[in-house]
Parts: sequence; structure tokens; C-alpha cells
Amino acid sequence: MARSTPRPRFESWGRYPTFQAELKPLTWASDFPLRNPPSTPVLPVGAGRSYGDVCLLENGTLLHTRGMDRLLSFDADTGILRCEAGVTLAEILDFAVPRGFFLPVTPGTKYVTVGGAIANDIHGKNHHVAGTFGHHVQCFELVRSDGARILCSPSHNAEWFAATIGGMGLTGLITWAEVRLRPIVSRAIDYHGEKFVGIDEFLDLSRKADTEYTVAWIDCVATGKNFARGIFMQGDHSKEPGKLEKSKEPWLTFPIDLPAFALNRLSMAAFNTAYYHKQLPKVKTAKIDYEPFFYPLDSVLRWNRMYGKSGLLQFQNVIPHEGGREGMVEILKAITRSGLASFLAVIKFFGDVPSVGMMSFPQPGIMLALDFPIRPEVSFDLVERLAEITLEYGGRMYSAKDARMTAQQYQAFYPQWREFERYIDPAFDSAFWQRVTGRRPLGE
Amino acid sequence: MSKTNLPSAVLALGATSAIAEATLRLFAARGARFYLVARNPDKLATVAADLKTRGASSVATHVMDLDDTAAHPAMLEAAAQNLDTIELALLAHGVLGDQEQAEKSYLAAEAILGTNFMAPVSLITWLANYFEAAHQGTLAVISSVAGDRGRKSNYVYGASKGALTIFLDGVRNRIDRAGVHVLTIKPGFVATPMTAHLPQGPLFAPPSKVAAGILSAIEKRKDVVYVPAFWAIIMLIIRMIPRRIFKKLNV
Repeated sequence: MARSTPRPRFESWGRYPTFQAELKPLTWASDFPLRNPPSTPVLPVGAGRSYGDVCLLENGTLLHTRGMDRLLSFDADTGILRCEAGVTLAEILDFAVPRGFFLPVTPGTKYVTVGGAIANDIHGKNHHVAGTFGHHVQCFELVRSDGARILCSPSHNAEWFAATIGGMGLTGLITWAEVRLRPIVSRAIDYHGEKFVGIDEFLDLSRKADTEYTVAWIDCVATGKNFARGIFMQGDHSKEPGKLEKSKEPWLTFPIDLPAFALNRLSMAAFNTAYYHKQLPKVKTAKIDYEPFFYPLDSVLRWNRMYGKSGLLQFQNVIPHEGGREGMVEILKAITRSGLASFLAVIKFFGDVPSVGMMSFPQPGIMLALDFPIRPEVSFDLVERLAEITLEYGGRMYSAKDARMTAQQYQAFYPQWREFERYIDPAFDSAFWQRVTGRRPLGE
Repeated sequence: MSKTNLPSAVLALGATSAIAEATLRLFAARGARFYLVARNPDKLATVAADLKTRGASSVATHVMDLDDTAAHPAMLEAAAQNLDTIELALLAHGVLGDQEQAEKSYLAAEAILGTNFMAPVSLITWLANYFEAAHQGTLAVISSVAGDRGRKSNYVYGASKGALTIFLDGVRNRIDRAGVHVLTIKPGFVATPMTAHLPQGPLFAPPSKVAAGILSAIEKRKDVVYVPAFWAIIMLIIRMIPRRIFKKLNV
């Protein structure tokens, strides 16, 4: 075996962009600061499930935290779990569900780490009632490259707490965190799905919804009378005691990188139509397991290979309610006009709870998330256009899902970035941060 | 929580090794009691907290350098007392060592052999007698596929593990008739801190997968287990390569 061969390029979930980086696995909280610190910057990365370049670094060292996966304590009376930063939400569920507990906030995949969930201040289908992940973090330890260990909570080193939640891993290494889990009595979700056509029907359903979890899938291909059709999905944890066992491991892995032409307008239109008609009646209620409700894509490991080697581009924004309807219609029209299709588009109302993180993405308004296959000549222009519309309507885009924002756009979305900069660890950097501070040009 | 008649009083030697930790978690989920031995007190406390959280009934820790064979009997007696009866002893400490160093210096080779072979011999001698007298127990020892055949690139490590495998074969033949289960564990490439500096190909398995194989081998009272199982085939082929060809290979 050779002693040192070049590392493979490290990929985020979107597989665009990619950079060559040294990967340094961290197994113990005491592994950082590194004994032989590199002269180039470092950046923590957990499961690498963010989409763009927020977890990437060119010519640097990625501190891979997945080996720090220990559960340090659990109080069944309060639901407070203390665990290391590399623990994934899937591992928390495996532990917590049989004990009658669930994540307070979960994104659309359970394969993210706690460190990543804090660093990107993730949100879920219950944002309108529960806020972001950061709202449920009691405290955590932040280790700086100079060896300082800072215990952060809303009352203790509160400015470091706020800077690190949503701080994109730039303020130092999170070694462990305490998260407050919520009780459940069953794996089941009382589900209610309702078809809609047009943005006004969606807005109406969102305003009327009184469930904990709401999200809508929206067809971004259909035009004419089917424009902005979709399914409004809501649910609550079932109050009827039921099964509380741990989930089975997924057995399906997406086997190959599909060729780039596989996802085209035709196949996506077919998928969208099939998905819309999957639910036959206008309204459907059912008791379903939490896995397909929260994590429909997790059942196929490595589903990003569907987009082929060139990867996928995510776009996620939020537009304030004031002007939100017009903004979203303009965005949907720009997409259908581009001829590019998205087949995992979701739209949702964010709640009014202010985020705890200084750089957190959510703000009150309408949120839209899409993904596109990468066709440089079309998709880059389209995302650029969507960013412009977002800016025009006073919204912002989500760093964890972005690979294309310009420095100018980012700084307009997040004018507080200058203040945040003071909390960045001098040894830390990321490809994203280099881009949005104008130190690295957009690639082609 | 016990589903089967798996051992529930576990002595782990080298408890902070990645394979040991992953295996112990499976026992913790079944409510086992633990006596954990390792060198680094902070890491040991972290592993203890994790096992406790995951469902261990009790966790005791003992900080020591297992190279210190003179201190083995006192530690083992303390473990036996704490656990009441040791039902499973998992030996998981070891070093990969630096082959290049060991080629140049006998002292470097001796250090590898001391940690990977002499220290286990001391532990196994005590444990074999303990289990034999008790007419019960499982002695599970982590050896390696590297011990199946000497290779140019890591023969000092390989020799330490090969010697351990042969030693265990003999111990098994002696105490199996007393009802003691002796399990030789031969992991292939495992993605652990010990191998983090090596380029990781598709043959690398996560410790959790190796741990599942170990648990199943303990349950089925196997003599030898390759983990993951495909290594049995790889090593069969490697053992069959004629020596006159093998000596020319760059492995």
C-alpha cells in the first residue's frame, strides 16, 4: 500500500463544485486543535449533505467529524440529549424513537450530523411552530484553533452561541451539543394531503393549516391551467399510542451515475404528472410512518447519482409575505420559461419566530426549494435570474443549498456579514465564504 | 432487554479502539454491564458515557497501559470482582506500527510484538485459566487477516497477529472442552483512526459493520470469523498463491 496518494476530490451532496482537499478524520474531542496544524485553512465537515460549497475548501484541510459520534447523556424526564457533533440525526432517531422521543426539528434527510444541523441552522416542516434547529439547542462546546474551549448557550457566551448557530462551521469546531428532543407515543403521522392548482390555493391552504408539519410539493413543469399545481401535505405526530421501534436500514443504493441526458424536460414532466396523480382523490387522509413522511428520498441511498457526475444545483429562497405571492409567481414563470425542469420542488410558509443564529436563513415569508440538473449554459443563468428576483422582493437565499450566489447578492441578502466576520476563527475558511466575500470567482 | 443468551458481563481490553467501541455499543443496547480498560482517561470516560447512555446497566473504567503486563493480574482480578463473573472478554488493543521503522530497528519491531502479542499472551493466560475454572465464558480476541500470510509491506504487524492466531488455536483446543468459547476475529481493512493515513478503497469497512459480524460470531460460537465475511475468500486466495510467485508480488 502506498503511503500517500492524492485524495479523491471531496464532494458535497450537490456534487458541484468539487475541490481537492486533505481530509483529516477527527475521532475525539481532544483531536482538535490539531497537533501539527497545517499552514492552510481548515473547515469542519460532517456528513457532507449540504449541497453547494459551504462544506468545501480548496487547498485546505477538511476536519471530518463523523468519527465523533458518541451519545454522552440523555435525560428521559426533560428529553435533553448531549451528544458529539458527528452524530447523525438518523442515529439520534435510532436511539430516541424506541424511548418515545423524536427530533424537535428535522430537515428532509436524516443523514446530516448535529454539527452540520447547527452550523446551517436547519429548518423543517414545523418551522411555523417550532422555529429552526437552533431553537432547540441548549448549549454546545466551541473549540477554537488557539485551543480556547467556549461553552455557548443563550445565556452564556450568547454572542458566540448566535454566531455559531448558522455560522457555517466558520467560528470554530463544535465538539458536542445538547439538544432537547420532543416526546412521541408512536412512529405514526396523521397525514392529510390535499391537491391544489395555482398559487392562491396554496396560500389559502397554508393560512388555514393548523397542523405541526406542513409542506407542499409543487409542479414546476406544468403550464397553462395546470400552472403551479401541487399537493399540500400536512401531518401531526399521532396521539394514539403505537409502534416505537427503530427504523430498518435502507436496502437500496442508487447504483450508477446516470448520464446527463437522463433527466430532461420530458422525463421530469412525466415524473411530475405521475406524482400529481399518485394521489387520486383531491383530499386524502391516512396514518403513515414517519420515514416516508419526513424522508422520502432517504430510502434510496446516494440518490444524488440520479443527476449524474455533473451534479445538481439547488436553489432555495424565502420571500417576505408582503409581495411573496408576486415574487413566487415570477420565479415559477422564470423556471417554466427556461425549459429547465425541477422535480423535487417544495414550497412552504415559514413562521414568524426569529431565528437564533446571526446568519440563519429562515425569516417570515414563503420558502421555495428546487433542484436542477447542471447544464452550465441554462441552469447558471436561471439561478442567477432567480437570485435577482429574490433580491427584488426583499428575500434571501440559503447558504447550505447554494453554489452560485455572487458576493454582491450574498452581502445584500445578509448585510450583517461584516459583524459575523469578527467571530470567524482565523484558521478557518470555506469555498463558500471565499466566494461570497469576493475572494474566489464563480466557476463555470 | 436481552433477546438471546448473549454474554451480559463484558470485560473490554483496549475499550477505546474503534472496533471495540462499535462492538460494545451493540452489547450496551442489550443492557450489558461493562468493565472497560484503556490507556487514555479522557477517551475512556467518553466511551463509558456513550455506553451508559445507550443502555448499559453499569460501566466501570480502569485506566492502564496494557503493555504493562506486570499489572495485568491485579486489573483482571478487579474486573472479575466488579463484574461478579466475567462472561465475555474482548481483547481489542493493538498497534499497526511503522513497518519501515521495524525493518531498521529491532526495538521498533519488539514494541509492535510486545503490544500485539506478548501483552495478549499475558491477558489470555490469566483469562483462559479463569474461564476454564468457571466452565463458561467467551474469549474474543481481535487478530487480523494480516496474520494469515507474511507480506513485504507489513510483516512485523502480520507476524504479531499470526502468532496471536496460532496461540489462540492452541488455547481453544485446551479449554473448548471446559465449555469456553474462544473466538479469533480477523478483520480486513477497517476505517479506523489506526488506518486513517492509508488511502481508503472499497475494501474498507466501517467499524459498525465489523461489530455486527463479531456479535453474530459470538452468538453462533464460531471459532474464527473474518469480518466482513468476504475476507475469508480473499485470504483463501492469498494463501493459495504459490510462494515462488508471492515473493515477487508487491503486496
